[in-house]
Amino acid sequence: MSTEPPSVMLSSRAAARARRGAALRRFARSYAAHRSGMAGLVILGLFALIALLAPVLFPADMLDITKTVQNETLEPPSGEFWLGTDEGGRSILAVLAWAARASLTVGVAASAISMVLGTLVGIGSGHYRGLLGSLLQRLTDWFLVIPFIPLVVVLAAVLGQRGLGTIVLVLGVTSWPGTARLVRAQTLSVEGRPYLERAKALGGSDWHQMVRHVLPNVMPLVLANTTLTVALVILSETTLAFLGLGDPYLDSWGTMLDKANGAGAASTGAWWYLLPPGICVILVVLAFTLIGRALESVLDPRLGRD
Amino acid sequence: MAVTSPVATELSDDSTPGGGSGGLGRFIGLRLLSGLGTLLFVLLFNFFLFRLLPGDPAARYRAVKNISAQDLARIRDELNAPVMEQFWAYLRDPLALQGISAWKGQPVWDLVGGRAWPTLVLLGTSTLLATLIGIRVGIRAGWRRGGSFDKVSTGVTLLFYATPEFWLGLLLILTFSSGIGPFPSLFPSGGVIDSGIEPLSMAGVVSVAEHTVLPAVALAAVYLAEYSLIMRASIVDELSQEYLTTARAKGLMDHVVRRRHAVPNASLPTITLIFLNIGFIIGGAITVETVFSYPGLGLLTFEAITEQDFVLMQALFLVFTVSVIVCNILADVAVAVLDPRIRT
Amino acid sequence: MSVLELRDVHLTYRTAAGPVPAVRGVDLTVDAGQVVGLAGESGCGKSSLISTVLRLQPKSATVAGQVLVGGKDVQTLSWSALRAVRWGEAAVVFQGALHSLNPIQRIGAQLVEPILVHDREATPRTAGARVGELLSQVGLPARYADQYPHQLSGGQKQRVMIALALTCDPQVLLADEPTTALDVMVQAQVLELLTGVAAERGMGVLIISHDLSVLATTCHKVAVMYAGRVVEEGPAREVFEHPRHPYVRALARAFPTIGDTTSRYAPAGLPGDPPFPDHLPSGCPFHPRCPEAVAQCPSVDVRLWPAGPGRAAACVHVDGAEVHGAGLR
Ligand SMILES: Nc1ncnc2c1ncn2[C@@H]1O[C@H](COP(=O)(O)OP(=O)(O)OP(=O)(O)O)[C@@H](O)[C@H]1O
Ligand SMILES: [Mg+2]
Repeated sequence: MSTEPPSVMLSSRAAARARRGAALRRFARSYAAHRSGMAGLVILGLFALIALLAPVLFPADMLDITKTVQNETLEPPSGEFWLGTDEGGRSILAVLAWAARASLTVGVAASAISMVLGTLVGIGSGHYRGLLGSLLQRLTDWFLVIPFIPLVVVLAAVLGQRGLGTIVLVLGVTSWPGTARLVRAQTLSVEGRPYLERAKALGGSDWHQMVRHVLPNVMPLVLANTTLTVALVILSETTLAFLGLGDPYLDSWGTMLDKANGAGAASTGAWWYLLPPGICVILVVLAFTLIGRALESVLDPRLGRD
Repeated sequence: MAVTSPVATELSDDSTPGGGSGGLGRFIGLRLLSGLGTLLFVLLFNFFLFRLLPGDPAARYRAVKNISAQDLARIRDELNAPVMEQFWAYLRDPLALQGISAWKGQPVWDLVGGRAWPTLVLLGTSTLLATLIGIRVGIRAGWRRGGSFDKVSTGVTLLFYATPEFWLGLLLILTFSSGIGPFPSLFPSGGVIDSGIEPLSMAGVVSVAEHTVLPAVALAAVYLAEYSLIMRASIVDELSQEYLTTARAKGLMDHVVRRRHAVPNASLPTITLIFLNIGFIIGGAITVETVFSYPGLGLLTFEAITEQDFVLMQALFLVFTVSVIVCNILADVAVAVLDPRIRT
Repeated sequence: MSVLELRDVHLTYRTAAGPVPAVRGVDLTVDAGQVVGLAGESGCGKSSLISTVLRLQPKSATVAGQVLVGGKDVQTLSWSALRAVRWGEAAVVFQGALHSLNPIQRIGAQLVEPILVHDREATPRTAGARVGELLSQVGLPARYADQYPHQLSGGQKQRVMIALALTCDPQVLLADEPTTALDVMVQAQVLELLTGVAAERGMGVLIISHDLSVLATTCHKVAVMYAGRVVEEGPAREVFEHPRHPYVRALARAFPTIGDTTSRYAPAGLPGDPPFPDHLPSGCPFHPRCPEAVAQCPSVDVRLWPAGPGRAAACVHVDGAEVHGAGLR
C-alpha cells in the first residue's frame, strides 16, 4: 500500500471525487470562520428540530379546538401553558411548534421552485443570443418591476382555494426574477472563459455547454441566493397568511398573527399571543439571511459581507 | 510663473474630448421607451392574471345592492363575451375607467382616488424617515467597515430586516395605543384623521400627523434596515477604489474624503437599488394600513381581498405596478443626471 | 539637501495566509533637484515602498524604519501634520491613472481641491487660474478643467495626474510608472515634462519604471529592487552599462540598447519567476535564478556593499562584500 503512490491507484473518477471532497472541506472551513453564519446555522438547526419533533412533543390533539374547549381562552402564561392560550383555548407553545413545520415547508418548497425557474431562465437568457435570450431577459426585467407582495396577494386571491400547495406555487412562481438576474450575469461571465470557447469550438451542443460547463459554475452562487430567497418567502408567507390568504386549516406563524389580530390581541394587551409567532418569524428569517450572506461572502469575498 | 513646457505647444489639440451633447436626452428617451414596453407587458399581464379567476364573475355582482340594472346588464355582457373580445375591450380601456366595484357598486377609480392621499402621506413620511436615517447609518457602518458601529448597526439592521412590518405595527399598538401598560393611548390607532376635522386646517394636519406616526414608524423601521444595508454595501464597494487613495493623498480630512468623494459615488447605485425596492414598501403598506385601519390604498387592497372584489383589485394592482415603473424610470433618470458618465 | 530619505524601511502586509514582507529594509535618498529611478520586476515592492512616503499603506500593513520627508518622519507624525505633508510637501503620480481620478467630479474641481486645502491665501478664483496654467503646462488646453475623467484618453489622464501632483509645488514628486499607459512618443514627452519641471523648481523626483532605457536617459541615480530590497544602486548610466549584481546584469541584457554591447544581439530573458514575498528563498533571494550562484549563496544574506565610486551592490561577488547582514554601508 505504502509502496505505491496513491495517484496510480485512483481512477480519474475517484480523483475527481477526492478533489471535490477537498474543495468542500476548504469551503466548510472558511464558512466556519463566519461567526454570524454559524449562528444562523445553529438557530436554523434548532427550529428544524422543533419542527421535526412537534408531533412527539405536542400530540395533534392539542391543536384540535373541539378538544381544547375546556381550557381558558386567551389565558396569560402559566405553569400549565408556558406561553398562554389562544382564543380557542389551545396551548400557544404547541401551535407555535406545529406552525414551524408549515413555515419551513413553505419556505423551502417555494424557494426550490423559484431556484429551478430562476436558474432555467437565467442560464437561458445568458446562453442563447438572439430572440430567445433577449425575450427571457426582458421577461426577467419585467417581472423585477412588478411589486412582489401585491402580485403575490393578487395571485393568491385570484387562485381562490387556499391550500398549502397553492401558497407554495404562488410564492414559487413569483420570487424567481432576482435569481434569474444573478444567474444571467454569472452565465455571461462563465461563457466568456476560454474553456467554454473551446467547448463551443469543438461543437458541443447547447445542452452540453449549459449543463456541463455553465451549471456547475453558477450553482454555488445560486444556492447562496436561494438561502436568501427562503427568508423572503417565509416573510411573504407570513404576510399572505396575515391577510387571510393562507390555508385556514393549517397553523403557520402568519395565521397565528392573523388570528391574534382578529382576536384583538393588540388592543387587549394579549402580548403572549402576539410576541411568540413574530419572534419565531424573525429568528428563522434572520437565520436564513445570515447563512445566505455568509455563503455569499465565502463564495465571493469581494461582496464584503462580513 | 512662466514655465514653458516643450510639450505644451505640440500636443494641444482642439477637438473636444468625449462624446457630443444630447447624451442625456437620448438616454431618457430610451428609458421612457423601455418603460413603455414594461407598461404594455404589465397591461397584458394584468388582463390575463384576472382571467385565471374560476367561476362566473358576473355572479359576484348580484349581491351588490346599490348597483343599477343597466350597469349590471352591461357588466354581464362584458364578462360573458369571448376572451379575445374582452381583450380588445380591455385594450381600449386598460385602466377600466368604467369599472364598477363589486363590493361598493361605485366606480372603482372613485374609490381609489379617495384613498390615495393617506397612502401618499404614509409612504412619503416613512420613506423620508427611512432614507434619512438608513443612509446615514449605512455610510457610517460601511466607512468603518468591521468597526464596532458597523457590527452593532449591521446586527440591528438585519434584525429589523427580518421583522414583518405589520407585526411591528401590532407591537406599537400594544405599547402606545392599547390603553394598557406604561404608555397608555399615547397615539390614536385607526383612521387617518379624527372625524369632523377639515384635513387642510391646522387641527387637521395635527390629527393626520398623530394618526400617521405609528404606522410610519412601523414601515420606516423595516425599510430603514434595507436602505442602510444597501448604502453600506455601496460604500464598501467604493472603499477599495483608487480615487479615494488620491483624495487621501491630497491631505483631505477623513470626513471630507467620505463626504465629497465616497458618498456621491456610492449614492448612484444606492438610488437605483432603493427604487427597485419600492415595490416592497408598497407591499408593506398593505399590511401596515390593515393593522392600523389606516384608510389608504393598502387597506383598500385588504378590503378588496376580503370582499372578493376583483375589479377593484385589478385597478389597485395597476396603480401599484405603474407607480413602481414610474419610480424606476425616475430613479434611472436621476442617476443619469447625476452621473456624468451617462449624462455626457 | 535630501528631500526624501528612507532609512531601513520595512513593510509587511498581514493577510489571512500569513505575513507578506513586501519591503525588507530599504535605504534610499532623493536630493532636491535630483531625479532618482527605481526599477525592479513586478511584485518586488516598489509601489508598497512608495505608499509609505505619504503613509498611504493599507491598514493591514505594518511599517518599520524611518521615512523622512523634509526631515520629518511621516510614519510617526500627528494626523494634522501628516495632512500638511501630504501633497503640500510630497505628491504622487499614482500607478494606473485610469482609476485614480474621481469619475463623477470635473477635472478642474479635483485639481483645485488640494490648492484650497494647502494654500490659505488661495481663493477659488486664483486656484482656478492656477489650474489653467498647470493644465497648459502639461500640454492640455485649460478648458479640459470642465471635462470629466471618462472624456479623456489614457495619456490625457496621465497628464492630468501630473498636473495634479504639481498643484501644491511639492518638494518631492513620486511617479509610479507614469508612462506605462502611453505610446513611445508621448512617453518621452511626459518624462521630459516631469524632469523639466523638477529641475526648474528644484524638486526631488522618484520615478518608478520597468523600462530601463527610460531610467537610463532621465535619471541621475537609479536603484534596482529585488524581492523587497535594493540590490544595486549608483549613477544611472554606469549601473546599466556595467552592472555589478547578476540580476541587474540580466535585466540590462533584456534592454540591448543600454546593456553592454557584447550581448546587444543576443538579448536574453531571465529564467524562472520572481519569488513571492511570503515564500522567499533562503540566503540571497536571487540565488535560484542566478547564473553565477556559488555554494554559499543559499545560506548567506548579502546586504548592499560599496562597489565603486557612488555605487553599491548586494552580491557575494562584489569585492569585500560582507555577508550575514553584518555589512551595512
Ligand atoms: N494590500 C496588500 N495585501 C497583501 N499583499 C499585498 C498588498 N499589496 C501588495 N501586496 C503584495 O506585495 C508585493 C509587492 O507589491 P507591490 O504592489 O509593491 O509591487 P510592485 O513592485 O509595485 O509591482 P508592479 O511593478 O507590478 O506594480 C506583491 O507580492 C503583492 O502581492
Ligand atoms: Mg506597482
